[in-house]
Amino acid sequence: MKEELFVSGRNIPNIDPYLNIWHWQIPIYLYLGGLAAGIMFFAGYFTIMRKEKDMATTVKWAPFLVPGALVLGLFALFLDLKHQLYFWRLYTTIRFESPMSWGAWTLMLITPLSFVWVASYMKELLPKWDWKLSILNKAEALAIKYRKSMAWVMMLLAVVLGVYTGILLSAFNARPLWNTSVLGILFLTSGLSTGLAASMWMSKSKYERKVLSRLDLIMIGIELFLIIHMLMGFLAASQVQVEAAHLFLGGEFTVVFWVFVIILGLVFPATLEVLELKGFHIPVWIPALLILIGGLVFRFVMVEAGQITRFLY
Amino acid sequence: MRYAMAIDTKKCVGCGDCVVACQTENNVPHGYCRDWIVENVVGSYPNVEIELRSERCNHCDNSPCVRCCPTGASHIVEGGIVKVTHNMCIGCGACIESCPYDARYSHPDGYVDKCTFCDHRLAKGQSPACVAVCPTNCLYFGDLEDPNSDVSKALKNRKWKVLAPEAGTKPQLYFLT
Repeated sequence: MKEELFVSGRNIPNIDPYLNIWHWQIPIYLYLGGLAAGIMFFAGYFTIMRKEKDMATTVKWAPFLVPGALVLGLFALFLDLKHQLYFWRLYTTIRFESPMSWGAWTLMLITPLSFVWVASYMKELLPKWDWKLSILNKAEALAIKYRKSMAWVMMLLAVVLGVYTGILLSAFNARPLWNTSVLGILFLTSGLSTGLAASMWMSKSKYERKVLSRLDLIMIGIELFLIIHMLMGFLAASQVQVEAAHLFLGGEFTVVFWVFVIILGLVFPATLEVLELKGFHIPVWIPALLILIGGLVFRFVMVEAGQITRFLY
Repeated sequence: MRYAMAIDTKKCVGCGDCVVACQTENNVPHGYCRDWIVENVVGSYPNVEIELRSERCNHCDNSPCVRCCPTGASHIVEGGIVKVTHNMCIGCGACIESCPYDARYSHPDGYVDKCTFCDHRLAKGQSPACVAVCPTNCLYFGDLEDPNSDVSKALKNRKWKVLAPEAGTKPQLYFLT
C-alpha cells in the first residue's frame, strides 16, 4: 500500500517543506555557552581545590575567553531573533516552564560574574594595569577577597548554563530527535570537554596539561557513553524517534555525525591524548582543536537534524 | 467555555476557500497562511482513498507553544484560544519549534503569527471566517461545553480522530472520519 501526503495552499518560508526556523546562530550560541560553562566550571573547581598555582591557566587565563564567548553567543542569539527591538521583553518576566527564559536569566547572572572574575586577575596579567577610579580598585579588592565564594557560584551557574544548552532543545516534544532527557547532561559533558580543551591548549605547564588531559579523557568517555545511550533510547522508543535515530544510522547525517563528531571530534583526539600521556610527543593543539571543532559540529548536526524530525499523522 | 472545531473529512472537497477567507479576513501576508488543506492519499489505483483535511492551529489544551514562550507573548484567552501578543513577541522561534502541527509562522514583520479562531468575529457573535465561507459546510465550530453547539452535535453521532494525540497536546480540532 502506498500513502502520500500533499499539503496544498502552503509554502511558508522556513517552515515548508522542512522546518528550518533556527539557522547557524543557535548552534553557535549553544556551543559558546557550553564552552564558557566548561571553562568556568573548572576555573571554579580548581579554585575551590586551592590549585590556583598549579592550574594557573585553567583558573586565571582561560577564563579571559569567557566574557568574549558569552557576549558573542548572546549576540548570535540576538541575531536569531526576528523581532529584535523587543528583546528586552525577555527580562520583564520569569517563566519557569520556558527553558529559554531560564537561559536568558542565567546568562544575565553569569556574564557579569565572568567579567568580575577576569577583572580580579587583571593585575596579575598586566602588572602595570590601573583601574583609574578608586571605586573600581575597591571593587577589585572585594572581588579578590571573595574569590572562593565566586568560584562556588560560578560552578553552580556553569552547570545550569551547560545543562540549559541541552534542555533548550530537549524540551521540544514536537521534535523527536531533541526530545530526550539525555541531551541536557550530554551537552553539559560536551561543553566541559571543550572547556578543558581550550584550557589545555592555552596552558604552558606540563603538569597542568596532564591533569586537564586526564579529565578530558573522562569527559570524552562519558560523552561517548551518553551518545550510545541516546541512540539506544531512540531505537527503543516510538516510530518517530526510531526514524530520528536513523538520520545518524544510514540517513543523511550519518557521515557528518560519525566522521566529524564521533571519530575526529572524540575518538581520535582521545587516542592522541592517551598517546601523549604514554610519553609520545604530540602537539597539544591537535587534540584540542579537534575537540573544539567536534563540539561545534555536534551542535550544528543536532540543531539541523532535529528540525526535520516531526510527528507523522 | 471550550472552543473547538470539527472538520468533516467526508464532506470537504479541498477547494481551499477556508484558506483564502482566512488570508483576506486576517490580512495574512502574501505567501503565508494560517490554515491549509492536507490531501492524504492512501493506496494505488483503482483502490485509492483520499482524505481531505482543512487544518489550522489545534488550540491545544496542553499547549507546548505557550509553555516554551520566554516572554509570555503566547497565551491562552477565554475559551481556550491560543493567541500571540505581537508587541511582546521577540521572534525567538521557540514556539514554532514546539508545535507538532507546524501551525505557527514567523510574520515578515518579525513577530510570530497564527490562527486565532477569528476571536474578533466571535466577539461579534459571528463564526470564524473559514467556517462562514465553507461551501460544503464541512466545518463545525462552537463551545464543547454546550451540548447544543454545532461542534458538540457533530461529534455526538460520528467517529472522529485528532492529529498526533501521542504528542500529548490535547488538540481541539476534531476530524470526522
